[in-house]
Amino acid sequence: MVDDTAAGNSIQRNKRLLTRALAVCGAMFLFGFACVPLYRIACEHVFRNKIYNTADSAKGFRVDESRWVTVQFVGNVNSQLDWSFAPEQVTMRVHPGAVNDAWYDAANKAQTAIVGNAVPSIAPSQGSPYFNKIECFCFTEQVLKPGESRRMPVKFVVDPKLPKTIDTLTLSYTFYNNRPATKKLAEQTQATQPPNS
Amino acid sequence: MTTHATAHHDDHHDDKPHGFLHRWVYSTNHKDIGTLYLIFAFIMVCVGAAFSGVIRTELMKPGLQFVQPYFFNEMTTMHGLVMIFGAIMPSFVGLANWMIPMMIGAPDMALPRMNNWSFWILPFAFFLLLSTLFIPGGAPAGGWTMYPPLSIQGGDSVALMVFSIHLMGISSIMGAINIIATILNMRAPGMDLLKMPVFVWSWLITAFLLIAVMPVLAGAVTMLLTDRYFGTSFFNAAGGGDPVMYQHIFWFFGHPEVYIMILPAFGIISEIVPTFSRKPLFGYQAMVYALASIAFLSFIVWGHHMFTVGMPLGGELYFMYATMLIAIPTGVKVFNWVSTMWGGSMTFEAPMLWAIAFIVLFTIGGFSGVMLALVPADFQYQDTYFVVAHFHYVLVTGALFAIIGAIYYWWPKWTGRMYNETWAKVHFWWSAVFVNVLFFPQHFLGLAGMPRRIPDYNVAFADWNLVSTIGAYGMYLTPFMFFFILWHSKKHGAPAAARAWEGAHGLEWTVPSPAPFHTFSTPPVIHDEDLAHGDVSH
Repeated sequence: MVDDTAAGNSIQRNKRLLTRALAVCGAMFLFGFACVPLYRIACEHVFRNKIYNTADSAKGFRVDESRWVTVQFVGNVNSQLDWSFAPEQVTMRVHPGAVNDAWYDAANKAQTAIVGNAVPSIAPSQGSPYFNKIECFCFTEQVLKPGESRRMPVKFVVDPKLPKTIDTLTLSYTFYNNRPATKKLAEQTQATQPPNS
Repeated sequence: MTTHATAHHDDHHDDKPHGFLHRWVYSTNHKDIGTLYLIFAFIMVCVGAAFSGVIRTELMKPGLQFVQPYFFNEMTTMHGLVMIFGAIMPSFVGLANWMIPMMIGAPDMALPRMNNWSFWILPFAFFLLLSTLFIPGGAPAGGWTMYPPLSIQGGDSVALMVFSIHLMGISSIMGAINIIATILNMRAPGMDLLKMPVFVWSWLITAFLLIAVMPVLAGAVTMLLTDRYFGTSFFNAAGGGDPVMYQHIFWFFGHPEVYIMILPAFGIISEIVPTFSRKPLFGYQAMVYALASIAFLSFIVWGHHMFTVGMPLGGELYFMYATMLIAIPTGVKVFNWVSTMWGGSMTFEAPMLWAIAFIVLFTIGGFSGVMLALVPADFQYQDTYFVVAHFHYVLVTGALFAIIGAIYYWWPKWTGRMYNETWAKVHFWWSAVFVNVLFFPQHFLGLAGMPRRIPDYNVAFADWNLVSTIGAYGMYLTPFMFFFILWHSKKHGAPAAARAWEGAHGLEWTVPSPAPFHTFSTPPVIHDEDLAHGDVSH
């Protein structure tokens, strides 16, 4: 009798432990997915490093005319995107605090309309928080019809608080094929246009 | 009362079930399942070694000799996945199955049917993974770390790889839960937590690591799967995701995983060294706390795998110092093993030789780990053969040597027969020489700048690569040696006593050799001299 109760207790305890351990596993599985928003929050608020394209408003900087910063422009196209893409100017010399305009040219070399997204990157990364894009083609999807080309603007201000050790910033864009949007676009065109008569 | 308990536990006969199906496929016996795990792990070691044979043969000379680069990449990826999830982890689970119930005086694992399930998932998981070698597009070739975007390009091996990792994860989680339940609920009266053998302690902590991080890996590979097939953009820059986030999630799993593969080895060494030094383990409690602090630290150092991704300077400094902190509890362990040997009447049977080799060579791997922890230096070492040398020192001369030592140590208990000591020593010295010929030159190659995972290299690296390949060919003989030594022992070995080693303490040595199919059906009465750590005041 005594032993049967003991064995029963042991089974109860094992079951309780199994439930709890499975709950821990479920929680850790969800934690993996919770990392997605946590990562964005950490990047944007803790490390002030924007990974999502959001517009910055001009912050009313005072122009620092005593200082020159060289901004270099780079444009790359991901191998999955059949576009040409290049900056119109290779470098610009700017005063921190002043609003500047730079231009990029893109052309669709493919036979179909493609939706592209540009992802910006600033080097050196220590300068990244001080480079403010007021307006940029990277904020939105860019749709180019077959053979279409486009001049695209970037309006930017270099924060006067840019560390003195940095005198050159490189703004580089990589254009990617936004496959889901391209696919949706192709489906819409097919739906609105009557089939070949 | 005692008779009642015996009848209750043994009403399904003390005999082993007959027939392959009933004995092995339906098995709920911890010893049989342990054996299955160990056999499975041995087969996987041979498969993984065959993959590394392709790698080392191609790298014997500069230029492309034998295989195409893509196949070379498949081999590096599959070698890593098979050795980690198929060889090292299952062999530790096999040892846990065999030894933990016998070490704590339990009749079996707490959840025997789940135990059966957690083993029998594994062959299917590896069938899925290995079948990718034969599908269009070939096996996964993006490295065992599966970094996107590279890992989700290529053929449909992505899906099979992800599903096989899900299965391995389920298997590990069930095994871990079983081990925790066994240790917490099934200990014999008198087996207090701080009287448990260190091997049991190391597995209790490892099992907690497993249930904490395997689900995170499952989540990460699920995101890879949906990115590839269902149009999500977790790691896709074009859709607003970030591939660096994968590395964070992966290494949040990956670093505890590294310790999952070494903590049970620490436990094994802490059993073998006192036996052959004929002294109790020095600093038992310190050893337990060191294990726990290594496990805790493993959760907060993942960033040291990704110093070169463009992390903020503050993050790099934090991860550097946190990582270097791990050297302290690890140093405590090495110090205590050496202190256990100090002044002991030592003998050098095969298990002890493997254990001493572990201490020396694992420490070398630990030192190169401290070098890799230094941010400024790591920028040079990242993705070179120095990293390859480092983790092979901790995983081959660390984890694998400990596993081989454990098999020699407990083999008499499992089979009731001694192995041939001379041949075991040949096996050891052969391995000890060739493993260093194999991996030590890879430090030089890495420091000179040879990148990992590349099938071709600058002619400047030719000489040491040839040396390394010679070492690899020497090592390929060792599974055969090991197999024949164990086979010969099983057939012709001398009978082993219940206490097979003169200095051995612990409950497993109080049952006959070979251990009967059912042990401790009634809880044992524990005497202090039965326990390796009976008196915690020492």
